[in-house]
Amino acid sequence: MTNFQLEEIPVGPYRHLVSERALTGETMLLNMGPQHPSTHGVLRLLLELDGETIINCVPEVGYLHTGIEKNMEAKSYIKAEVMCDRLDYMNPLGNNLAYAMAVEKLVELDVPPRAQALRVILVELQRIASHLVWLGTFGLDLAAMSMFLYCFRERERILDIFELVSGQRMMTTFIRPGGLWRDVPAEFESAVRHILQIMPARVDEYEALLTKNPLLLDRTVHIGILSKETALSYGVTGPMLRASGVEWDLRKKRPYMGYEQYEFNIPTRPEGDTFARYIVRIAEMRESLKIIEQALDKLPIGPVRSANRKFVPPPRSELGTSMESLIHHFKLWTDGFSAPAASVYSAVESPRGELAVYLEGNGGPKPHRVFWRTPSFDNLSVISVITKGHLVADLIAILASVDIVLGDIDR
Amino acid sequence: MDSRLEKVAHVLQEQAGATWEESRGEVHLFVNRKQIVDVLTFLRDQHEFSLLSAMTAVDYWPQESPRFHLIYQLTSLTQNLSIQLRVALDDGEPRVPSATTVFANANWREREAMDMFGIQFDGHPDPRRILMPTDWVGHPLRKDYPLGYEEPQFTFNFEEIDLRKPYAKE
Repeated sequence: MTNFQLEEIPVGPYRHLVSERALTGETMLLNMGPQHPSTHGVLRLLLELDGETIINCVPEVGYLHTGIEKNMEAKSYIKAEVMCDRLDYMNPLGNNLAYAMAVEKLVELDVPPRAQALRVILVELQRIASHLVWLGTFGLDLAAMSMFLYCFRERERILDIFELVSGQRMMTTFIRPGGLWRDVPAEFESAVRHILQIMPARVDEYEALLTKNPLLLDRTVHIGILSKETALSYGVTGPMLRASGVEWDLRKKRPYMGYEQYEFNIPTRPEGDTFARYIVRIAEMRESLKIIEQALDKLPIGPVRSANRKFVPPPRSELGTSMESLIHHFKLWTDGFSAPAASVYSAVESPRGELAVYLEGNGGPKPHRVFWRTPSFDNLSVISVITKGHLVADLIAILASVDIVLGDIDR
Repeated sequence: MDSRLEKVAHVLQEQAGATWEESRGEVHLFVNRKQIVDVLTFLRDQHEFSLLSAMTAVDYWPQESPRFHLIYQLTSLTQNLSIQLRVALDDGEPRVPSATTVFANANWREREAMDMFGIQFDGHPDPRRILMPTDWVGHPLRKDYPLGYEEPQFTFNFEEIDLRKPYAKE
C-alpha cells in the first residue's frame, strides 16, 4: 500500500468517522442521498461498506434547514404559529398543539373543554394520517407497492376532514393559543363517524397484507435491533422507544388536553427490531380510533376559544357591532400580546415521539427564543448504531421503520 | 415542587454550589460550566434521569455576562420527573465540556448549538456544523446575526446593489 493510494480516497472531513480500512481503500465509501427515493426526503447517508455489509453509517442532515426558529423570533406570538405547520409536515396539527400549549403555559391562558376535546380528536386523526403515510412508504420501501395506494386512500378521507374544519388539507393552523380558530361545522361529526366506521376493517386489511407476509418478516424480524439502553442514551422517543420495551407515552404519563379521561393502551413490544416498530404503529392506529370515539361521544358543548380578549382575538362576527372587539382585533393583529420574561418547556406526544417547545418571552410581543425539540432529530441519530453489520437493503427497511420527517429534523 | 426534586436540588446545592428557581411548575437548576458533566452523570446514575430530552442554548445579547444560557432538559422515566439544568456562559469564547460521554444524543444537540450559537464543546468527537453548510460564516441564531441580508433592488439603485453582490461578474 503506497501513500499515493491513501490520498486518492475521498475520505476528507469524515476521516474520524470511518474505520482505518477506509483509509487504505479496503472498504468502500458510498454516498446515498440527498436525492434518493428511500431516504424519505433530503437525507444524505455516507456509508462505509465491506462488500454489501455496512461498517459505518454517517447521516448528514441540514439540507432542508429553513431557519424556522430564527423566523419565529421575528414574528409576534400569533403570527409565528403559521411557521410551525411547516416543521413536521406530516403532523401540522400536532405542531400547532405543541406551540399553542407552550404559549398558553407562558401567558397562563385557559382552554375551554370543548376546544380541548376537539384538539384531541384532530390530533389523533392526524396521528392516524401520519402513521398511514409511514405505513405506505414502509411498504413501498419493502416492495409492497399496493400498501401505498391503500394507505393514501384512507389518508385522503382524513385530510378531507381537515379541509372541512379549516379550509386547508395540510397546513391548517387550526389550533391556536387559547383554543381553536373556529368551531367545527355540523358535518364534522358524521365525517369522523364515517372514519371510525371504516378504519378498523381497513387496518385489518393492512395487517392481512403485511403482518404474516413471509417477505416482510424476512426483511424485518431481527433487523436493526435497538436495545432499551441505547434508545434512552440516544434520546429516542415515541413508537421507536415503545418498540424497545419502554412504556413511555406522554399522553398517559403526563396527560394534557384531558387525555386522562380517555381509556386507551400504550402498545409496547420487547424486541426492538424493525418488525416490532411496525407492530407498535399499527396498534397505535387502533388506539387512536378508540380515543377519537370516546372524545366524540362526550364532546362538550360550549365556546371553542378562551374569552380572555387580551390574548385571543374576538370572533369576526363581533367586529361590526362591538367597538371594544374591534380595538382588541386591531391591537392583537398589529402589535400582538406581550408575554412575560419567563421560559416554558412544554411537550406533547407526536406520532414520532416527544415533540416539545422551549419558549422564552422577554416581556415584549415577540418570543425571545423558540426551540423545537423534534423527535425525528434524536430518532435519526441512533441509525448509525442500529445499522452496523447489516446489509444495505436492511438499511432501507430500518430507515423506513424510524419514520423520519426531514422538515422535523432540519427545522 | 416535588419532594424528590427538592432533595436532588439540595444535594447539588451542597456539592456543586448549584442554585435553583421554580417557574411555572418547572425546576431550573443553575450549574457552573465546569461541573456540568459531573452533574449530568450524577443525575443519570444516582437519580435515574436517563433521558436527555432536549439541549439547546439561548442568546441574551447585548448582555455580555452571561451572554448565553445552555439548557439541558432531563427526564426520568421511572419517577416521571423533569429537571432543567442551565449553564451561564460569558461572551468572548464560550466553552463547555462536552456531555457526549454521558448522553449519546448530546453529540448532535451540541453540534447544533455549536452551529447555531458558536459555543465550543471541549472533547466533542465530531465537531462539524450540522444544519448549515460547512463553509457557512457566522452563527445564525445569535441575536446579533441579522435575519435577512438581501437588499431589495429598485430601478434607481439596481446597479449600485448589484455591484456589492458576491456572485462572479463578467
